[in-house]
Amino acid sequence: MAFTIPPLRDIKPPRWVKPSFNLSDRNWLPELIPITACLYVGVVILLPALAVVVQAFAKGLGVFLANFQSEELLSALKLTLIVTAIAVPCNTVFGLAAATAIARRRFRGKALLLSIIDLPFSISPVVVGLMLVLLYSPSHGLLAPVINSLGWKIIFSWPGIVLATIIVTFPFMAREVIPLLEEEGWEQEEAAKTLGATDWQVFWKVTLPSVRWAALYGLILTTARALGEFGAVSVVSGNIRAETQTLPLFVEDAYKQYQTELAFGAAMVLGGVAIVSLLLKLLVEQLLERDKKAARLDQEG
Amino acid sequence: MAVAQPRLPGWFRLRLPSWPWRFTWAYLVLVLFLPLAGMLLKAAGVGPQSFWELATTPEALAAYKVSFGVAALASLVNGVFGLLVAWALIRRRFPGQRLLDSLIDLPFALPTAVAGLALSFVYGPEGWLGKPLMQLFGLKVSFTVVGVGVAMVFISLPFVVRTVEPVLRSLEKEQEEAAWSLGASPMQTFFRVVLPQLMPAILGGVAQGYSRAVGEYGSVVMISSNVPFRDLITPTLIVQKLEEYDFEAATVIGSVMLIFSLISLLLINLLQVWGQRYQGSEGSN
Repeated sequence: MAFTIPPLRDIKPPRWVKPSFNLSDRNWLPELIPITACLYVGVVILLPALAVVVQAFAKGLGVFLANFQSEELLSALKLTLIVTAIAVPCNTVFGLAAATAIARRRFRGKALLLSIIDLPFSISPVVVGLMLVLLYSPSHGLLAPVINSLGWKIIFSWPGIVLATIIVTFPFMAREVIPLLEEEGWEQEEAAKTLGATDWQVFWKVTLPSVRWAALYGLILTTARALGEFGAVSVVSGNIRAETQTLPLFVEDAYKQYQTELAFGAAMVLGGVAIVSLLLKLLVEQLLERDKKAARLDQEG
Repeated sequence: MAVAQPRLPGWFRLRLPSWPWRFTWAYLVLVLFLPLAGMLLKAAGVGPQSFWELATTPEALAAYKVSFGVAALASLVNGVFGLLVAWALIRRRFPGQRLLDSLIDLPFALPTAVAGLALSFVYGPEGWLGKPLMQLFGLKVSFTVVGVGVAMVFISLPFVVRTVEPVLRSLEKEQEEAAWSLGASPMQTFFRVVLPQLMPAILGGVAQGYSRAVGEYGSVVMISSNVPFRDLITPTLIVQKLEEYDFEAATVIGSVMLIFSLISLLLINLLQVWGQRYQGSEGSN
């Protein structure tokens, strides 16, 4: 009689062995966690987000589209786009320069410098606006004599709005790129240099491609925040309709004037941008993750 | 490495800093240090005596109370629920998880004015939640302190979730299994084994959320009635002082907020250093 070993899956452990270490077996509590989490996030975040969409289209697509005939909305949109178009490139250049300057160096006070770069995240936007007013206001500012003699107008005008936006958004780029550069090390750049590349070539051909997804990620965050900045801009802009009013300021102003449809129409535009930026972020996050994995494999191999 | 650089002692080795380095500092000076210095100079010009008086007027004290008190409550609520959401995202599998995960980032991405508009509609007297809450519990949310709290909860939720998530993911299941096999109940395992390791991350997230909630302006200003001594927050008070051309008071109250942000930044950094103790143990494995 031949003795056959039964296939592995048919071998059952003895009764006294507990089937698994799964703590959630007979417990109802763990099942409750996702439900509570979903309910909480649903009430706190999803409901307000849905409210914007529902209210924007409550009276039909026609009414929503009619909002875009409002001169004031269009000029607010235009100003917002112009401000973003100036602030984002400035901060991109700064972010990349700061990253290449700081990331690969060890020096005393590096941690301090990194926290200084993060400072705008923890300062209230209103205080950022206040700082600009105290510096550039034509009547009370510290630099008032200089500005008045040059004939510049910064506060209650677009340069102030651009400056406020720049201050509030400049950390994003540096923050995304610096950790990646720190992780990657110098070898490739050194190789390029020994082969005769100039600093500029090294930056364009080696450094920038290696951080491209992180830089793109930082760019998305910067743009989203620049389009939506409210507190700092509201202090310096003076909030003059059709002149120094950005789109977020227009949302608040229209709501205060009981122009609810206009407010929700403009809010829908900004909300749409936010959702697009979230989707782009998810995409770039995956690309970034893939690159990081590849880099790790390279180092190990 | 092949190029042998001449070794000179001391600062002779210092070369002129590179272009990116110079540009970084010039930009930082122009964009950050100049306004900061301007504000500090202005604040110093007020003089210690009147600085203290302006910083502690009854109106200002009431505004600090609303800002710091309500933000503390909001970030405590988010400390608990943020942990819960992070736990659900990392340790559980359920339908709609991806959606939940991306919703968490919405308060970061949504402009604060839009958030304020949405919240003041939802919790307004005719809103989806405002009406039932009023009818069932007689609770008025918008244009009250409760509304300020709701806006701050919205704003600060992602901070806790996003700081707890990576730590929770890196926790080793073996420890919990060991605790369980030694006879600990699930509750004991959670409170004695898991929670202490998550604590630095939770506190760090709560501190970040708190700092953000205290400084928040856009969403709060739309849902609050902005009446002094009732629901006026400190940033709104600064804006009102500026609108009244009371630059001195605005400078002083702004400096108080600035000092608070510097302290909270320091605290958050210390919490991160503390938290690295646990991340270090992960790296050694």
